[in-house]
Amino acid sequence: MPDGPQTSTGRVIGDVIMQVENVSLSFGGVRALDNVSFDVREHEILAIIGPNGAGKSSMLNCINGFYHPQEGAITYKGKRRDTAKPYEAAEEGIARTFQNIALFKGMSTLDNIMTGRGLKMKKNLFWQALYYGPALKEELEHRAKAEEVIDFLEIEAIRKTPVGRLPYGLQKRVELGRALAAEPDLLLLDEPMAGMNHEEKEDMVRYILDVNDEYGTTIVLIEHDMSVVMDISDRVVVLDYGKKLAAGTPDEVKRNQDVIDAYLGVSHD
Amino acid sequence: MEFLESILVTPFIEIWESPYYFIELVLVGLSTGVLYSLVALGFVLIFKASGMFNFAQGAMVLFAALTLVGLMEHGLPLWAALILSVATMVGLAFLVERFMLRHLVNQEGLILFMATIGLNFILEGTGQLMWGSDVKRLEIGIPDQPFDILGGKVLLNTFDVTAAFIGALLVITLAVFFQKTPMGRALRAVADDHQAALSVGIPLKTIWIAVWTIAGIVALVAGIVWGAKSGVQFSLSLIALKALPVLILGGFTSVPGAIVGGLIIGVGEKVAEGFWGPALGGAIENWFAYMLALAFLVFRPQGLFGEKIIERV
Amino acid sequence: MFYREAGQFKTTYQDDQAVFPVLQDKAAVFLLILVAYAVPFVADEYWLQAIFIQFLVFALMAIGLNILMGYAGQVSLGTGAFAAVGAYACYKLTTNIEGMNIIVAILLSGGCAAAVGVVFGLPSLRIKGFYLAVATLAAQFFILWLFNKVGWFYNDNPSGTITAPPRELFGVLITGPSASPEARYIVCLTFLIVFAWFAKNLVRGRIGRNWMAIRDMDIAAEIIGIRPLQTKLLAFAISSFYCGVAGALMIFCWLGSAETEAFDLVNVSFRVLFMIIIGGLGSIGGSIMGAAFIILVPIFLTNFPPMVGLDISTALQKHLEEIIFGVMIVFFLIVEPEGFARLWQILREKLRKWPFPY
Repeated sequence: MPDGPQTSTGRVIGDVIMQVENVSLSFGGVRALDNVSFDVREHEILAIIGPNGAGKSSMLNCINGFYHPQEGAITYKGKRRDTAKPYEAAEEGIARTFQNIALFKGMSTLDNIMTGRGLKMKKNLFWQALYYGPALKEELEHRAKAEEVIDFLEIEAIRKTPVGRLPYGLQKRVELGRALAAEPDLLLLDEPMAGMNHEEKEDMVRYILDVNDEYGTTIVLIEHDMSVVMDISDRVVVLDYGKKLAAGTPDEVKRNQDVIDAYLGVSHD
Repeated sequence: MEFLESILVTPFIEIWESPYYFIELVLVGLSTGVLYSLVALGFVLIFKASGMFNFAQGAMVLFAALTLVGLMEHGLPLWAALILSVATMVGLAFLVERFMLRHLVNQEGLILFMATIGLNFILEGTGQLMWGSDVKRLEIGIPDQPFDILGGKVLLNTFDVTAAFIGALLVITLAVFFQKTPMGRALRAVADDHQAALSVGIPLKTIWIAVWTIAGIVALVAGIVWGAKSGVQFSLSLIALKALPVLILGGFTSVPGAIVGGLIIGVGEKVAEGFWGPALGGAIENWFAYMLALAFLVFRPQGLFGEKIIERV
Repeated sequence: MFYREAGQFKTTYQDDQAVFPVLQDKAAVFLLILVAYAVPFVADEYWLQAIFIQFLVFALMAIGLNILMGYAGQVSLGTGAFAAVGAYACYKLTTNIEGMNIIVAILLSGGCAAAVGVVFGLPSLRIKGFYLAVATLAAQFFILWLFNKVGWFYNDNPSGTITAPPRELFGVLITGPSASPEARYIVCLTFLIVFAWFAKNLVRGRIGRNWMAIRDMDIAAEIIGIRPLQTKLLAFAISSFYCGVAGALMIFCWLGSAETEAFDLVNVSFRVLFMIIIGGLGSIGGSIMGAAFIILVPIFLTNFPPMVGLDISTALQKHLEEIIFGVMIVFFLIVEPEGFARLWQILREKLRKWPFPY
């Protein structure tokens, strides 16, 4: 029996790989995050929940380096995330999906997923211009990988469709595919199931659990659907008005009075 | 070394030594600046209301001026020609909304911008088709007398002063219109948020027609002033290009910005040409405004008065 | 039913990614290229000089601008300036350096244009859309002013024009007043085909995808690891390279000599912009179609009225041209913002079923 706590899929949770310490973020007069601290352990599924406007997306944006918090620090695998540039997050193995789908509307599903492979493709301008030869070989290699992702997410039929024409649920799936194509160590999902019907949600849950199971990808997920959160997450962090209300296992959080109050709308002084 | 000196040192010495010439350039620059501001105003109006950069604004200036002059050449007295010209611009606003704006409602900025380039060509071609393309004199009775101030040291022209006055009057009128009238309020609402404005029942179509009409009238005034100064001709439409740097400086969405930006560009050009021109071979007016705008773009993209854009993901 | 793809299954990813996956397309393009090379032997000099060579040069420029605007989404009104850099660079290289191979000179000129393009593309990290257009306008006006004012650029020639010195390639005169239109045509055609192929290769691989990602949503692109500044500057560099080469060809193989007017805002920058709008943003083939269209319309307008017995003055014709252009641009933007390229796609869809209705 391996020691250490286990995820819902039976995988062993490792050490802390990301630390969020006293992070505060403001826009003009609005305080989006207020002295938030928590950590993320390798291989776990961590859910960030909270009412709308609680600062959840802002938290992810800070991890990506898109917003730079005025106070505090975010450390991932020993390197500072909050002061880095967004593309460096990707280079470190962090991938992300967005609340309002951020797909490249002018490109097909396949091309979108291939952009996720972009960091791993190295052949320079000269070879690209010739195409035949090393660049083509590299392109085909990564095409094969992208097709694996397409397979996994069961979206073969729409691989050539421009994503702008896809229904919302499929777009969300393609976005997940683009994130997965990068073979990330840390996957940030911002409301991946928003706007989906029950079946689509079940599919997404399955994909997320499979990814965590097969590849050991650490997952941080923002989600509103409580049943999903309670079911699949190993730990939960609750934010409200930018502050951290609680953190712990789903059961612990469910019973926390502050959390209950926040969701029921009882005001705090 | 000598070249560097002639750029970094000599001009300032010269300004110090001939202050009256400097003042003169500044004043001339201000009057040109007012004209730039006038054209820029038209841009700001349309941009605020529809998020569209109306490249055809310059062509509208030309078209309006051509219509006025053309009508007068056919024997109409000034007041009648003015009324008809205004009516033409109103009609134009209707046509533009009906055949162009309506169909491009949800397109992105670049597509809209290119559509206005197309409109630009249509207006240029039609205007010249209807009224001919030779340079036309526009006599509307603005006095054109040189006079001097400050004891004969600074030479001015009554024309420039009148132009500045007209420009200022127009701007004040517009400001009052926007702040005090219901229509003005509605326009500002649309500028802030299309969806919200729609949801409180403000009709987008009417707003667009109103905005383009106002822009058209602004174009007419600008056309009159420019045309009286240097004749009504094709190059008027290229003034639109000068308005771009003005908007960069002032901010695309700001009426005071258009004014301040226009004045800065006007003065800047003249002073630069006067004191730095000789060192650089002259004609730096061609690109000075753009280089200044470029500098602004790098250091302060929203201009002096524009809104800072915060991007959200 | 003649245009059927059925039975042409792709069994490898490589086949799937081919430029012309449909066999009929491949055949058609080869045929087109053969015909293109045959043209100089059948066309008369007027057509070659006034139309075909001009078309080849502008098609190359259109591809360049499309790379920048259509694929990378960066607005540029400075096409004329970058072409001018190429032209003047080539002029200086060939007049100052003895015995430089003309092809090398043209390519180096493209490199100069690329360098200038990068400089004026630097603001693109901070500004977008038509704000960026202003930066490129600055380039357009400043560079042309520079070439006008500073005598060194035109070898202090009193008339201010630059004239292409005669140069040979494989023993055949291809530039200068004595070079035959056929030779010049073939050179331009070869440049176009080779560089169109390079462009196509670039846009269907990693680089093209990066450009389109920046175009579609640059924030998301950055978050997935695409470096915005490098990607945008690369687009400026390559686009300007193409425009520079086209500019050099314009002087050396088409006009023979010119002043800066040849590269000004209306004659080049706007014209090429229209070519890619009407041809289709984000399409290499579209750029070529758009170029053909924009060049042919004035010819058509000049020749058509006499054919039906109408006599139109040149001024009138010019105004009509302007109006028709304007209407067409607005029309295309409303009806088919993706231009000829999309129309062509739709046509092919219909061809699949032809002659059956469904």
